[in-house]
Amino acid sequence: MGSKRLDRRELLKHGATLAGGLTLGAMAPASGQTPASGSPAAASGPKMIRGDKDLIAYGDRSHFVTSVRIPHGGRPSPDAFGLVFHVASPLQDSVGVITPSSLHYVATTRGSFLPDIDPKDHRLMIHGMVDRPLTFTMEDLKRLPSVTRLHFIECAGNRSTPKAKNVQESHGMTSNAEWTGVLLSTLLKECGVKGGATWFVAEGAEEVKGASSMPIAKAMDDVIVAYGMNGEAVRPQNGFPLRLMVPGFEGIFSTKYVRRIKLVDRYYMNYNDYGHLRQDEKEAVLGFQWGPKSVITRPSAGQQLAGKGFYEITGLAWSGGGAIKRVEVSTDDGKHWMDAEFKGTPQRMAHARFGCPWNWDGKETVLLSRCTDELGAVQPTRAQVAKFFNVPLGEVPGLDNTIQPWHVASDGSVTNGHTT
Amino acid sequence: MGTPLRFLACVLLGGFLLGASVLAQSSAKYGVGTTPTAEEIRAWDISIGPDGTELPPGRGTAKEGAQLFTSKGCVACHGANGTGGRAPELKSKDGPSVETWKRGRILPVRAPFATIVWDYINRGMPLGREGSLKPDEVYALTAFLLSLNEVITEDFVLDQQSLPKVKMPLGDDYASLPDWKPKTRRMKGYPY
Repeated sequence: MGSKRLDRRELLKHGATLAGGLTLGAMAPASGQTPASGSPAAASGPKMIRGDKDLIAYGDRSHFVTSVRIPHGGRPSPDAFGLVFHVASPLQDSVGVITPSSLHYVATTRGSFLPDIDPKDHRLMIHGMVDRPLTFTMEDLKRLPSVTRLHFIECAGNRSTPKAKNVQESHGMTSNAEWTGVLLSTLLKECGVKGGATWFVAEGAEEVKGASSMPIAKAMDDVIVAYGMNGEAVRPQNGFPLRLMVPGFEGIFSTKYVRRIKLVDRYYMNYNDYGHLRQDEKEAVLGFQWGPKSVITRPSAGQQLAGKGFYEITGLAWSGGGAIKRVEVSTDDGKHWMDAEFKGTPQRMAHARFGCPWNWDGKETVLLSRCTDELGAVQPTRAQVAKFFNVPLGEVPGLDNTIQPWHVASDGSVTNGHTT
Repeated sequence: MGTPLRFLACVLLGGFLLGASVLAQSSAKYGVGTTPTAEEIRAWDISIGPDGTELPPGRGTAKEGAQLFTSKGCVACHGANGTGGRAPELKSKDGPSVETWKRGRILPVRAPFATIVWDYINRGMPLGREGSLKPDEVYALTAFLLSLNEVITEDFVLDQQSLPKVKMPLGDDYASLPDWKPKTRRMKGYPY
């Protein structure tokens, strides 16, 4: 946070002093709406902020809203060199399904500086097993038919452990945004895919030129070459000016700063790919695509219930396999389940917001959510996955899509229910 | 797929695909984008496949690589002899007698193809000066890391031809990759 925002706060104090009398008078009708529980400050109306050129040009959130991203997994971001690794999104404060771009999670291949790319100089080259290799400028891409879709991204390292003190630490390496761009299939058809092309390599323009191999079937299905995010240009931390959006796959496949796509006839085993190799067949098959996953964001660990009574339980559900069809919530540690309602229509490979009414009786309990996707896959408990792989609870392999328990104590404090 | 096999596949499939390839050769629908030159493609074509097609000419040995490991500053992060630094370990504590998967995630040990080691040094090192190494230097550093882990001998010459043929410790001891299809569950028989 720069000094600029502090300046604005100074301006606020200053402005309030200068224009105090006039402001109070002008705001008198509004104070009539102040609820009985309002503080004395609210009764006399809020402080007023003068118009600010910067705030007119590009808006800012209220300084009372302090929700921020945090470095993930104990590795500093930025580190002593200014390298950024993994940064988690504050899901505990999320409402609706869109993650604001400023709060979208960030991950880099190995710790990275931010490439400062002039979009005028950026190119996407498609070559390899195509009839016509082609290079596209950003302007070229914006001439082509576009799609706009909601999709989540989730880092393969998004795994809840007993150490996680809140849902940001346990689940914050996923976010959901509205992505706009050209379907990769549109570009590949423009180049003409040669028979025998079975995989493609996508490569970024950042310093390590992160590259991943993916099946052509995915490219032809739903991969977006995205230049837009939440109604504006993709943010630099999320791949400006151009990134792949590979719906439902592990986040690393959604290649940021994408500048090259090469069609090939085999798995190319790049550095990122080698990191995905597994010895066990089952683990390998359960990689790539996320299974159905959900988590209650409110109430969640680190939050405090005010006392017994009514609360809406709300959270997010998503799946790499398609749209979420059902979310169930349990308020008694899995003895009974009730169907939650969706807020809006769940989209394919996107976070869906769910809600469920709850009257807390003030007794200790455990809250759970589980979801079912359009393929009929149901989110498992960690015990179920541990049994499948025949490993201890704390060592379940692969992408973690298991049910998250939140423990509610009789004093209203909520904590992580994972103990191993 | 080796060249003879690929040729055979082309011959066998040639007639069968004739109809399809006529379609594939149809003109672009939108006519947007420009054709890159061969030189432009070569300059960006840096992902080295397992058969080494994209490798540039050059050569190097472990002895040369050992000197570069010091002179290029690799030791500052990876430690002398690739161990004990802040950056990832490059030398396995265990010898070749230990099962490869149990020797840790050490790039020159676990990589199933030597091309991956070359590729990563070339694209990602040294930190802050990525892309500055010349092909001979990348061959030499690759040779050094492979020799350090007893994959090749100290005087083995790595070049365009020999690098893809290096037999890595992992061999083909890794799981085959998922055959991905849209709207399909990840694994048959997985209950969740």
